[in-house]
Amino acid sequence: MDTAIPVSEPSPPAASAAPDGGPPVLKLHIPAHHPAPDDPPDHSAVPRFPAGIVERPDIAVPAHVTHPLADKLIRALDDDGTAIGGWDPKLDPETLRRGLRAMMLTRAYDERMFRQQRQGKITFYMKCTGEEAIGVGQAFALAPDDMLFPTYRQQGLLIARGWPLLDMMCQCYSNPRDRLKGRQLPVLYSSKEASFFTISGNLGTQFPQAVGWAMASAYKGDRRIAAGWIGEGSTAEPDFHHALTFASVYRAPVILNVVNNQWAISSHQDIAGGEAATFAARAIGFGLACLRVDGNDFLAVYAATLWAAQRARANRGATLIELFTYRAAPHSTSDEPSRYRPEDEGLNWPYGDPIERLSRHLSVLGEWSAERQAQLDSEIVDEVREIGREAERHGTFDQGPHFSARTMFEDVFKEMPEHLRRQRQELGI
Amino acid sequence: MPAMTMVQALNSAMDLMLARDPDVVIFGEDVGFYGGVFRVTEGLQKKHGDQRVFDAPIAEGGMLAVAVGMGAYGLRPVVEIQFADYIYPATDQLISEAARLRYRSGGEFWAPITVRAPCGGGIFGGQTHSQSVEAIFTHVCGLKTVIPSNPYDAKGLLISAIEDDDPVVFFEPKRLYHGPFDGHPERPAVPWTGHRQAEVPEGYYSVPLGKAALVREGAAVTVLAYGTMVHVALAAAEESGTDAEIIDLRTLLPLDLDTIVASVKKTGRCVVAHEATRTGGFGAELAALVQEHCFYHLEAPVVRVTGWDTPYPHALEWAYFPGPNRVADGIRRALEG
Repeated sequence: MDTAIPVSEPSPPAASAAPDGGPPVLKLHIPAHHPAPDDPPDHSAVPRFPAGIVERPDIAVPAHVTHPLADKLIRALDDDGTAIGGWDPKLDPETLRRGLRAMMLTRAYDERMFRQQRQGKITFYMKCTGEEAIGVGQAFALAPDDMLFPTYRQQGLLIARGWPLLDMMCQCYSNPRDRLKGRQLPVLYSSKEASFFTISGNLGTQFPQAVGWAMASAYKGDRRIAAGWIGEGSTAEPDFHHALTFASVYRAPVILNVVNNQWAISSHQDIAGGEAATFAARAIGFGLACLRVDGNDFLAVYAATLWAAQRARANRGATLIELFTYRAAPHSTSDEPSRYRPEDEGLNWPYGDPIERLSRHLSVLGEWSAERQAQLDSEIVDEVREIGREAERHGTFDQGPHFSARTMFEDVFKEMPEHLRRQRQELGI
Repeated sequence: MPAMTMVQALNSAMDLMLARDPDVVIFGEDVGFYGGVFRVTEGLQKKHGDQRVFDAPIAEGGMLAVAVGMGAYGLRPVVEIQFADYIYPATDQLISEAARLRYRSGGEFWAPITVRAPCGGGIFGGQTHSQSVEAIFTHVCGLKTVIPSNPYDAKGLLISAIEDDDPVVFFEPKRLYHGPFDGHPERPAVPWTGHRQAEVPEGYYSVPLGKAALVREGAAVTVLAYGTMVHVALAAAEESGTDAEIIDLRTLLPLDLDTIVASVKKTGRCVVAHEATRTGGFGAELAALVQEHCFYHLEAPVVRVTGWDTPYPHALEWAYFPGPNRVADGIRRALEG
């Protein structure tokens, strides 16, 4: 059965009889907020797509061949943990175990840092719970020197690339070992060494920047591609449209990922235009290839990303990937989701939890067991705790130490101009 | 040495930089095949190829965004915004991104972007083709802002801007593209030919960012100006027979404060002239700096002569433009004050 999304042709509101007997009056549509916090979780509007039914086109097909995929969902793992269909990347068990480990490490790291915020040791934190397959699976499918332009919810990319948790923690603490010298909010990491672009706090700006980087790579005859991420809510920003326009015009070797986790703080994806069409379908008008993927399926995420990467490397241009997932975490430590959605909504997500699903798959393959899972769980908790303690020894936000205020004036320009030198003197340091 | 218009001088700067540095790329609306609506990039695509000089979609925010990505890769993009008035859609990428990359990444990433844009009035462009928006950018930390007043400086400053490792906003007074303009629209247009500063070497040279030029020595009053207003101030000084010292700032940020302070300490009086609207304009910063650094040498309040705080009106352009009579009046007030 090949189910297409029943794109809800917005049923016109019943024509309101005009009081004066004339033609019907106009009516403004505001997407409903649903369900309310007190309602039972309701994912009945989320179409259920079986795994293994979407065909995998050749990477060289014209973009329009992929356009029907905008209304489907690529899934390789079925609900029982079996990999089926053309999108099964057939990864070896060792790679699968590494993927599982990186996802679990990401979750454990998030848990610890979230608690650190609650304990007042850092000012702010953002978890990616439920979305770990995206950062980790995509990093696994890309070359280590492909350039990443992430949002604040792809910490899994850095972790999958083996970037030290110690560095990430020290960034969150803004302590003297913070490579960003205490200038950025926690989680807005930057690592040129890991080909991970400096995360902005402004939404969407990185998306067209990824296209520019990819254009430069093509201009130089390089082999590296770029990948950018954006949330479904931020696709409403002009930056999203700039990215698609420039990617299309210059056939940039870039992967443009829309992480549709259903929620932009308290605004449901309907408020970003998800009610009338999928986010993958945005590619159609720009003539870009598109894929729509179960973002909680490590295998599908990996396979779709690899498809887009191979296509980009073959000079066939950009692919827009919608990663369909659920933001199980609050938006940030400053958010209170119980005010706008049922608390157990995430537990009922029809596409499950990415870590449980990959773990089950490994078990189905005979490559995993409950004992090994429990052992890995405790190993990772110990690892994160140990690194956490080391990071705290370098300083926490509340206790310090921090960079000297003298460094505040550095890096505004390559060389400090006279007026900044004077201001530094004025501060008396 | 050949005489060049400002358009030719700017073209020559980009031609040279394209030849010297394979990482320089130029793009913007209509800059490729056509050579730009003001012809500043004329012939560059033909000579250097469409990989180096190309047309961009009408999306200033997109142009700046891809320039940031290119800069992060290691290229040195030069972006043309067709009119300074069209720069607003690009400001998020320019202000929140390009200007902050180096700082927020602890020095790991930066974007050596040059943004060129024609600015100012005097061509009956109405409110959307006449604005002087420099103060928006001088207010932003991490950006450099340059405004040349003549062909020689235009070429040397543009070369410095392209070579600079920080983002530079480079405003070109469009009324000066083809000749100096003294602010008398009723007089016949004067070409650059024969002007001392239109003698432009064909080869490479640079004019450093952050160095003002003393364009007229005087003892009675200091006039601080940039862009078109340098020529207007010269006319005002000549016509009023005032012993005015005129300083062409050339770069607003970094600012050559030493030259300004030395002059005002000498004359004891200061007039600040710009075409942009007054409130919160760069003249306010200049006036504040002059009183901070020269208060005990000042014999009169600092006078501002600027555009009015209104949009640039099409048919009333010359009532808006701070012409030589208004500058001369400002000088008189500074002398009497």
